[in-house]
Amino acid sequence: MVVNKTASELQSLLHSRELSVKELTEATLQTIEEKDKTIQAFLTVTGPEALAAAEQLDNLPDDKRGSLFGMPIGIKDNIITKGIKTTCASKMLENFVPVYEGTATERVKDSGMVVVGKLNMDEFAMGSTTEHSAFQITRNPWNLDRVPGGSSGGSAAAVAAGEVLFSLGSDTGGSVRQPAAFCGVVGMKPTYGRVSRSGLVAFGSSLDQIGPITTTVEDNAMLLSAIAGADYRDASASEKPVPDFRNSLTGDIKGLKIAVPARYLGEGVDPEVREAVKKAIGVLESLGAHVDEVDLHYSRYAAPTYYVISSAEASSNLARFDGIRYGYHPADAKNLNEIYLRSRSEGFGEEVRKRVLYGTYALSAGHHEDLYERAQKVRTLIAQDFQNVFKEYDVIVGPTSATNAYKLGETIKDPLTLYANDLLTTPVNLAGIPAISVPCGFADGLPVGLQIIGNHFEEAMLYKVAHAYEQATEFHRQTPPAGKGN
Amino acid sequence: MNFETIVGLEVHVELKTDTKIFSPAPAHFGAAPNMNIHPTDLAYPGTLPTMNKQAIDFGMKASMALNCDVARVMNFDRKHYFYPDNPKAYQVSQDDRPVGANGWIEIEVDGYKKKIRIERVHLEEDAGKLTHSDNGYSLVDLNRQGTPLIEIVTEADIRTPNEAYAFLEKLKAIIQYTGVSDVRMEEGSLRCDANISLRPYGQDEFGTKTELKNLNSFNFVRRGIANEVERQEKLLLSGEKIVQQTRRYDEATGQTVLMRIKGSANDYRFINDPDLPEIVIDEDWIERVRAEIPELPDARKNRYVSELDLPAYDAHVLTLTKEMSDFFDETVKAGADAKLASNWLMGGVSEYLNAEGKELKETPITPAGLASLVKLISDGTISSKIAKKVFKELAENGGDAAVIVKEKGLVQISDEGTLRKVISEILDANEQSIEDYKNGKDRAVGFLVGQVMKATKGQANPPLVNKLLLEEISKR
Repeated sequence: MVVNKTASELQSLLHSRELSVKELTEATLQTIEEKDKTIQAFLTVTGPEALAAAEQLDNLPDDKRGSLFGMPIGIKDNIITKGIKTTCASKMLENFVPVYEGTATERVKDSGMVVVGKLNMDEFAMGSTTEHSAFQITRNPWNLDRVPGGSSGGSAAAVAAGEVLFSLGSDTGGSVRQPAAFCGVVGMKPTYGRVSRSGLVAFGSSLDQIGPITTTVEDNAMLLSAIAGADYRDASASEKPVPDFRNSLTGDIKGLKIAVPARYLGEGVDPEVREAVKKAIGVLESLGAHVDEVDLHYSRYAAPTYYVISSAEASSNLARFDGIRYGYHPADAKNLNEIYLRSRSEGFGEEVRKRVLYGTYALSAGHHEDLYERAQKVRTLIAQDFQNVFKEYDVIVGPTSATNAYKLGETIKDPLTLYANDLLTTPVNLAGIPAISVPCGFADGLPVGLQIIGNHFEEAMLYKVAHAYEQATEFHRQTPPAGKGN
Repeated sequence: MNFETIVGLEVHVELKTDTKIFSPAPAHFGAAPNMNIHPTDLAYPGTLPTMNKQAIDFGMKASMALNCDVARVMNFDRKHYFYPDNPKAYQVSQDDRPVGANGWIEIEVDGYKKKIRIERVHLEEDAGKLTHSDNGYSLVDLNRQGTPLIEIVTEADIRTPNEAYAFLEKLKAIIQYTGVSDVRMEEGSLRCDANISLRPYGQDEFGTKTELKNLNSFNFVRRGIANEVERQEKLLLSGEKIVQQTRRYDEATGQTVLMRIKGSANDYRFINDPDLPEIVIDEDWIERVRAEIPELPDARKNRYVSELDLPAYDAHVLTLTKEMSDFFDETVKAGADAKLASNWLMGGVSEYLNAEGKELKETPITPAGLASLVKLISDGTISSKIAKKVFKELAENGGDAAVIVKEKGLVQISDEGTLRKVISEILDANEQSIEDYKNGKDRAVGFLVGQVMKATKGQANPPLVNKLLLEEISKR
């Protein structure tokens, strides 16, 4: 079966025309149909559109084939796809079909990829279990009683289960990295501005980034190379040239300076996770890297800072969902006020309403200075902390998540665990820097992610380290029980 | 008790950019509803604003022309409120770092000059337009959504309705000169609200103000302020308090009418727009924009008075619009006498334009054409009476006055011999008039001149006819 092959194996089969894109697409759709009965990662499978695209690709001459020719990809459902329903896993956009294409999806298609469907998520990307989807519960392929993480839970689960080799997620406070860690796959949160946000339905505009989720570091590097780069449609997209990130996969990390913040392995981190990460650090050392412990002082305030800023921006970004031009509309509403009240009360789920309320509060007169403006100041301090470390170190390393995947329906109540989780992922978004999660072992039979954090626009460095680590270990070759092919 | 009137104006000026401030949709007036729109204007999920550099240039240009400091770093902010004409539920505007600040313009009114300070000039996007029908529905047209605006906020420096009028007239002229807007109130490209309060003379703190809206012409601004001042004065004199509120000027009754009482100030929950990174304006950018600003009305006015010896009144009227002023400059450049050209522009030309309801550029009159006419008058080739005929021809068909005069045989008769012959004939036929004149009735000369002009079809040189007529009479 083609579905058990790696991306590069598939590429060479396509290149020699032993395999057609149509055959690969059909096989992929077949696999999704089988596996997604239990995984429930896809909200929409775009069979006819994918097959039509595949046929067009098969007719392309060799020299017109893109860098990821024929590769099937799933897209998180908060990334706009022209003509294909984009719901953000919300009743608000249950029937919303965009009339324009987002930049990331446009570039995915330009590189020859075939979009096979849209992936489940926490509603409007708010959550870390994908249980806040208005439509379905996605399961972790390693253990069907566990969550896949979130908010890009569908994107990580679909890749882990072998339904697709590539997916796109989005990361506002850890939403690519944490599900990648929970599902044992590779997830990259690029530098803020590296990938255009045009087409990404905004949650926290100053934090959001689209990121690739794949089974290997090389695939991840290829996908990021394809979607990154300047875009006139997004004023915050960087003009910096995008290297072919594959060129950095040399395996050589001798002499590299690695910082491990003490806090990253401290209280609240599950002992098995800690062990796995410590072993991974040992592997990096054995590859010739120097490792030191450092302190990221202000990251201790990352959680409140993150929640104030992301909720404030969300309250602003989600104000446009007013039931007038598109989206959920209470047809029997009798006046304007009722349209507003009911579309927003009935169209948004509880978590979204909660964050909109938090954010509105944080921006309202009397709290603006205490909450929003103070959070902006702390954000600057958190970012400066990272800059100080990067003066001396190439990368920062630690766990991606304090625990392995949660049980479905389980609410994490231990404040130390909650705190440790937010501490690990949100400061990266606040500082606008890139970070990648790669599989680094297991805790209680569930995957653990190693997080590697770099300085602005140093994705190549992250791929280099992640790749060196991946090649020295076997974790990326292990597949979940639910992901095993026939 | 006497009260001092305190007025501050907020003026919105629509910028004449090709496209909208944050989307590539056209920014033109007059398209069918919802035709000039882009997904960004509809606030579709996933859309982002793109910055229109021309709008920034225009904002800078207006700021400079209004003597403002131009921001070296500026950014855009979101101002939140729900309304169907505001699709994002926030308006992108500039809160703490506007493009221009601390400016002023000088007005001249009722015989005195005065500077009105401008607190700020900020860039923002316009909202859509709602049409409310009586069947319970409202129609939303988002063509105007995203059209760039500048809002010009004055300090509370205006003290009389006439000052407000003079300020607006001057502001309009300056903005119009810079070319960043059509500044037409009737098309909504200039809109004005007034904040009005009274305080006893000698008191430092301001009284409670009301905001006056629906001021659809400069005259309505003047009348609206006067009426609101009267209303507030009556209330204060009868011991009542002014309530902070928004009022509307009713054109039919000339009164101001309550729209809504302002409770606690609106909470717009401003945040810096994270989708629009801050904009750094360097010296090169500033100099490039500065170089594009033409000579402004005050500078022209001074030049007309000092270099062309025009009366201040002429200089003022000629510089009210750039079109008129440019036309005048070109006419003088083409060799016309400045005062005569001014007289024609303020007189015959303006009368013609008013009668026809046209603008200069809509007629075939050219500066060269008008200059040719003025030259023929200056050198005595035609009389001012003939000039009126020639102008009519120029205004309708364009061309050169000298050619018209030649073709129609309208050259002024200044040949003494020819004129004396005509005068003799007229005198022969009007003995009674000669008698009257000799008996002290000066009016008789006027009659005789008229007869000569009639006999020459208006072509006789009037001063010469006068002189020769008197000579001929004295001979009899």
